[in-house]
Amino acid sequence: MNYFEVFGLPRKLGIDVDALQARFYDLSRQHHPDFHQAAPPEEQARALEASALVNRAYRTLRDPIARIEYLVRLEEGRDTRDRKEDAVVKPKAPPELLEEMFEIQEALQEAKMGGLTAEGSERLEAERNRLAARRDEEEQRLHGALSRRWDESSAEERPRIVAEFKESLATRAYLRTVVDDLTNALEPSQDGHVAHHRH
Amino acid sequence: MSRIIGIDLGTTNSLVAYVDERTRLPQVIPDRQGRVLLPSVVSFTPDGILVGEDAKRQLVRRSRDTIYSVKRLMGRGYEDVKGELRYLPFAVRQTEGVLKIRAGGRDVTPPEVSAVVLKSLKDRAEAHFNEPIEKAVITVPAYFNDSQRQATKDAGRIAGLDVVRIVNEPTAASLAYGLDRLTRGVIAVYDLGGGTFDISILRVKDGVFEVLATNGDTHLGGDDFDRVVMLWLLEDVQARHHAELERACVNLAEDTEAMQELRLAAEAAKIRLSSVERTTLTVPFADFTYRREITRQDMERLIRPLVEKTLGPCRQALKDAGPGGGEIDEVVLVGGSTRIPLVRRRVAELFGKTPHSQLNPDEVVALGAAVQAHILAGGITDMLLLDVTPLSLGIETLGGIVSVLIPRNTTIPTSAREMFTTSVDGQTVVDMHVVQGERELAKDCRSLARFELRGIDAMAAGMPKIEVTFLIDANGILIVNAKELRTGKAASIEVKPTYGLAEADIERMVEDSFTYAEADVETRLLIEARNEADTVITHVERALRQGASLVTSEDRERIEAALGDVRRVRETEDRHVIIEKTTALNRATEHLAEVLMDVALKGALGSKRADEIMES
Repeated sequence: MNYFEVFGLPRKLGIDVDALQARFYDLSRQHHPDFHQAAPPEEQARALEASALVNRAYRTLRDPIARIEYLVRLEEGRDTRDRKEDAVVKPKAPPELLEEMFEIQEALQEAKMGGLTAEGSERLEAERNRLAARRDEEEQRLHGALSRRWDESSAEERPRIVAEFKESLATRAYLRTVVDDLTNALEPSQDGHVAHHRH
Repeated sequence: MSRIIGIDLGTTNSLVAYVDERTRLPQVIPDRQGRVLLPSVVSFTPDGILVGEDAKRQLVRRSRDTIYSVKRLMGRGYEDVKGELRYLPFAVRQTEGVLKIRAGGRDVTPPEVSAVVLKSLKDRAEAHFNEPIEKAVITVPAYFNDSQRQATKDAGRIAGLDVVRIVNEPTAASLAYGLDRLTRGVIAVYDLGGGTFDISILRVKDGVFEVLATNGDTHLGGDDFDRVVMLWLLEDVQARHHAELERACVNLAEDTEAMQELRLAAEAAKIRLSSVERTTLTVPFADFTYRREITRQDMERLIRPLVEKTLGPCRQALKDAGPGGGEIDEVVLVGGSTRIPLVRRRVAELFGKTPHSQLNPDEVVALGAAVQAHILAGGITDMLLLDVTPLSLGIETLGGIVSVLIPRNTTIPTSAREMFTTSVDGQTVVDMHVVQGERELAKDCRSLARFELRGIDAMAAGMPKIEVTFLIDANGILIVNAKELRTGKAASIEVKPTYGLAEADIERMVEDSFTYAEADVETRLLIEARNEADTVITHVERALRQGASLVTSEDRERIEAALGDVRRVRETEDRHVIIEKTTALNRATEHLAEVLMDVALKGALGSKRADEIMES
C-alpha cells in the first residue's frame, strides 16, 4: 500500500492538510498500539507496523516537497517503502547561476580558512538572502504551478512533468545546500551542532 | 485485564498512581504513613536494604553506601558521567559497558538500584489494592535515549514488573492536565526535575495529544543547582573556618560526610528561598558550626547560568515544531525545580505567557502515567497520545559519517529500511553501527549498538541484498530485523549494546534477592490475611442483616465487637493480629451461622418467613 492509498487519496498533490490531519487522527485511533495492548502478540505486531506506516505516510504527505519527492519515486517505480529519506535527485546548480556559484564557493573557502572581513561577510549575507529568495521561488513553483499541472494532467503528459519536478527538485536541493553552507559560515553555531538536512 | 499502575521514577522522588474506576480521575497512592513521595534513595546497610525516607536518613551517616540520584546514571557510560563522579560519595566504575556502584560491600548496577525503588512502590500499590500488581507504565525524560529507556525497562523487570509502556514525562504531564480539559491548542510543557530537563511542544485537539517536538538535557536539574551552591558554600566554609580546619587537619572536599551535609544544606536553602527572600543555614561540623545567611539574590546569581541553559533547547523545540508550533497557547510547568521563582520568570519571558501550575508539579507526571496506564488497560478510549522520538537515529557509514534513517521528532511508532551488502567476495558477515544524536560524525553521537548480520551465503562482493528494518516502538525503543532478499531468509543478528545489561544479567538480577525476597513473602501473606479478613467481614455483615433478630442481643453485641476489632486491625501491618482477630470473629459468629443455616434449610422446605419459623 502506498502512502496515498493509506489515506484513501488519489495520486494527486493538492491535499487539504486539515482533512489529512483529521484522517491521520482517525487512522491512529484504529491502529495505535495503545489500543491493542491486550491483543495477542501477532495482532500487536500488526498494529505496530500499521501504525508505523500511518505515521510515515502522514509525515511525507503533510509536507508539500516531501510529497512531490515521494510521488516522483512512485512514478519511477522505485522502492517506495520506508526507505530513509534519501534524495530522489542529485543537487544541481541552475545553469544561470553557475558563474556566481563559483565565486561564492571561493568566498566560502576563504571564510573556512580564516575568518571573514566585515565587508566580505556583508557581501555573503546579501548573497545568502538572494539565494534563499531564489530557493523559496523554486519551492513555490514546485508546490504551486507544477503541482497544479500534475493534478490536471493526462497520462501522456505525466512523464514530462515528472522530469520537470526532478529538475526543479535538483535546483532546490542545490540552493538549499548553498544557503545552509552560507548560514553556517556566517553564524557558526556555538556548540558545533550541525543540523541534518531535512525537508 | 489486570490492573496497570503508573509510576514516576524520579531523580529525587518517585510516586505511584492509578485511575479510580468510579471517579475516572487519577490519584496518587500514599504509603501507610500517608506519604506520597518516596525519596529515590537506596541504602545498603549490614541489616539489609533500606529505601525511601529510611534510606534518606542514612545519607550522611552511611554516605558511601547510600545511593541517591541514580537516575542520572541509568543507561550511561563512564565517559558520560565521569565529570560528576567526584561529587558523588559512592564509588562508580565501569565493566563491559555497564556502570557498577560499590555499596554495602557489593557491586550493583543503576537498574538494580532503581528496581529497589520500583519494588517499594509496587508493594505500596499491592497493599493498597490488596492484590498482586504485575504491570506498570513508567515515565522517563522525553530526551532519554534508547539505552536510558532500556535501562528503565530493565529496572522494572528486575522489580518484577512488566513495563507495558515507557512514557515521556512532559507528555504524561500534558495527559494529566488534558483530563481536566484545562488545555487545548498548542501547549509547551517545561519540565525541570531533580536531574533532567525536558521541553515538549504538543498540539491537543479532539482528545489527541500530538507531540510536535521535544528537546532537553538529561543531565540538568535541581541536583546541579544544589551542586553549584554546595561548591560555593564549601569555599566559604574553607575561608571562614580556615584555622579550625587546619588545626583538625581536615580537607573538607575529601570528606564525603561533610560534603553530603553541605549538599543537603544547599538543597534545603534552595527550597526555602523559593518562598522567602533570605534564610540562614546551619551546618554542624566536628570542630565548629558553620552558619551563614543566604539571600534569594545569591541563589539566583549562582544558578542563573544553569537556568539559561534550558532556554536553548526551548528555542530549538519551538523551531522544530514547525509552523504548527508557532503560536503557543499555554505553558505548563512540571518538576520540583519549576517552583524556583527565577525559573518561572525566565520561562514566562521566553514564551510570553504566564505558565500554568495548578497541578502539583511533583505529582503531575505520576498522575499522567496513571492516565496512560488506564488507556492501555482499555479504560479510556477517547484519548490518544502520539509521541515522537527525541533523537535522530542513524548508522555509521564510510569515513565515520552518520546517515540518518529516522530524524528526530518523528512520530512513533515508525520504521525505516536500509539495504546492506558485502564489500569482499565470499563475505558472510556484515557489521553495522547504530547511533543516536544530531551530529554529523558517528563518534560525536551516542553509540547504541553494533549489529552483526551473520549467515550470509558466500557470494561475489555486492551480490547479497540484506534488508534491515529499524523500528522504533511506542516506547521509543529500537527493534532491528534483517532479511536476505535473494534467499528470503531472516538473517541472524547479533546485537552488542554499547551500554546496558545483557539479557543473562537481567535474568540473574530478577532471580537475585536484591529486591528483598523475604519482604516479598511477608507482603503477600499480609495481603492474604487482609483478603481473608475482608471476606469474613462481608459474610458477617450479610449474616447480621439477615438474622440479627434470630440471636440474643448479647450474642449480637459480641459479634459486633469482634467485627469492630477486625475492621480496626485490618489496616495494620501485623498479619498475625489480623489473622487472630479474624478467627475470633469467625468464632463469635458460629451460633448465628448455625441458626441461619437452619433457617435456610427450613426455608427450602417450607419457604416460610423467619419469624414464623421462630414461633413454630
